[in-house]
Amino acid sequence: MSLQARDVSWGVGGRTIVDGVTLDVRPGATLGLLGPNGSGKSSLLRLLAGVRRPSSGSVLLDGRDLGTLRRREVARRVAVVEQHATTEVDLRVLDVVRLGRIPHRTAWGPEGTGDREAVTLALERTGLTGAEERSWHTLSGGERQRVHIARALAQEPQELLLDEPTNHLDVHHQLELLALVRRLPVTSVVALHDLNLAAMFCDHLVVLAAGRVVATGTPTEVLTPELIADVYRVRAVVTHDGPGGVPAVRFEPGLPVTTPVTAQARPV
Amino acid sequence: MPVPGSGPGDGPAPGGGAGPGGAGAGPARRARRRLTGSALAAVGIGVLVLSIAIAITIGPADLAVSDVFGIVGQHLGLGDAGVTRIRDGIVWDLRLPRTLLAAICGAGLAICGAIMQSLLRNPLADPFVLGISSGASTGAVLVVVLGIGGGIVGLSGGAFIGAVVAFTVVLLLAAGAGSTPDRVVLAGVAATQLFSALTSFIVTSSADAEQTRGVLFWLLGSLGGAGWNDVALCGAVCLVGLVVCLAVAPALDAFAFGEDAAASLGIPVRWIRLLLLVVTALITATLVSAAGAIGFVGLVLPHAARAVVGPGHRVLLPTTALIGAIFLVWVDTVARTVFDPQELPVGVVTALVGVPAFAVILYRRKGPA
Repeated sequence: MSLQARDVSWGVGGRTIVDGVTLDVRPGATLGLLGPNGSGKSSLLRLLAGVRRPSSGSVLLDGRDLGTLRRREVARRVAVVEQHATTEVDLRVLDVVRLGRIPHRTAWGPEGTGDREAVTLALERTGLTGAEERSWHTLSGGERQRVHIARALAQEPQELLLDEPTNHLDVHHQLELLALVRRLPVTSVVALHDLNLAAMFCDHLVVLAAGRVVATGTPTEVLTPELIADVYRVRAVVTHDGPGGVPAVRFEPGLPVTTPVTAQARPV
Repeated sequence: MPVPGSGPGDGPAPGGGAGPGGAGAGPARRARRRLTGSALAAVGIGVLVLSIAIAITIGPADLAVSDVFGIVGQHLGLGDAGVTRIRDGIVWDLRLPRTLLAAICGAGLAICGAIMQSLLRNPLADPFVLGISSGASTGAVLVVVLGIGGGIVGLSGGAFIGAVVAFTVVLLLAAGAGSTPDRVVLAGVAATQLFSALTSFIVTSSADAEQTRGVLFWLLGSLGGAGWNDVALCGAVCLVGLVVCLAVAPALDAFAFGEDAAASLGIPVRWIRLLLLVVTALITATLVSAAGAIGFVGLVLPHAARAVVGPGHRVLLPTTALIGAIFLVWVDTVARTVFDPQELPVGVVTALVGVPAFAVILYRRKGPA
């Protein structure tokens, strides 16, 4: 059953940011979360992670309300990779990855073999073996994202939530990072801006606009010129000759003929 | 989940005792680091004990380190030291409590600084940022100058109440603004200004010259009046505080990437933040009420400790405590001896050392990030 949102709303300072979102994340699948800036992707991820509590509705983890679970229990199941999470503290790669063991360790207990194995495996999976002693402040943007993913993997999660993990990465690192996420034996939810990357790496897409779900389905179902015009206000040509026949989106100059914004599409 | 089973494992019970005995099978690097950890601890405690003993011998009255150990042994019921009663009095009634209080204040203020820097994610945070010491000063001045409290609460009592009031004001201000780290710092700055202004107002409008001098001396920090009561109270508060903070050390580590990151690692962020703010406020209030407002220890020494042992709080906090203790023992020794028989307020010496160190931190902060 994995993660489910049931009519979840959340806002801050009287403004509704997430507005009645319902979605299901299928176990093992990679779910892409699309939508323009300010559409509520990051907030929805925080709600799914239990870092924020919904003002109405509920987030369920295997059918149990996140609000009734202890944070620690949630952190053993769900790991989060934030957008640009950085620190002033002079940490080494190993220190950061070890943070992922916090939900598994007791207050006074020493680091156990299970902890060390999880950290070693996480470093291996992300190609960071040998970089353990490097200082956080010497890492490039792509390396920092990989370290965060390694830290998240050290949590041994079944669900991995990533907020625009490809931001500020060059094309090579974008592809490499999403391929890595895709390979991982976890259920993932990825907020993305790049529609072509979403088409290539996600099994399923959910599109948000102004906090509401305006479309869900496979990339082929969701990525249509009409939806792109409606949600992003750009003209696009969609062909179906991407890798493995997935949609490929090409943008065109000029504004689209405006349709009533998000009028037709309603959540499932 | 594949388990590669690399390495023969760390003995039969990985979750067992915390002793360093299980280091046999782990990677060599890890074992070495753990060894250096306990070696550092041993060296640190040794240096602290020696520092205290040597510091006690410094000053008028010709004392040797062996006399100090002898007198302490005698009071603990370990045979006769064979020294005069006057010397015994100098060591046991005057210099030992004073030096111990210096060590405790150094340790306590440094721990508070380390915690607030991590919690508020601000390398320039220290207990004084929250306005606690300004509040303490106002409380003390109210008692001394205006005689409020009718002699029941002394200067220390007034300082403690002032500190708690100031901290409450800060928490209420911060809570109204959302309690994010930067709001807490801003609320602290506002409270510091408010209580400093109140203190100045009371002193200039009501105090005579003699009172002003006494209050100012106390405001800058003084360990001169230290007695065993102070040592016992401050020691107990700092020890309990340190144990509480060590218990939540992993949570402090988790704050490195911010509060949301900590929350996603399973840390109950609000509760931990409140707990640690209250603990640091109580430690600071207790120390300030005993020894006055000693600045810069909490600001500078945690950075020194991080440079030695790295950022992990399980090791960092005890190291910070040790370095703070050693530092303040020597600073107080300097403060009471350089212009002998005139004493310098200890806060003056910590500030003279602290400001250049502060500048260095500022310059280094410009580098990364």
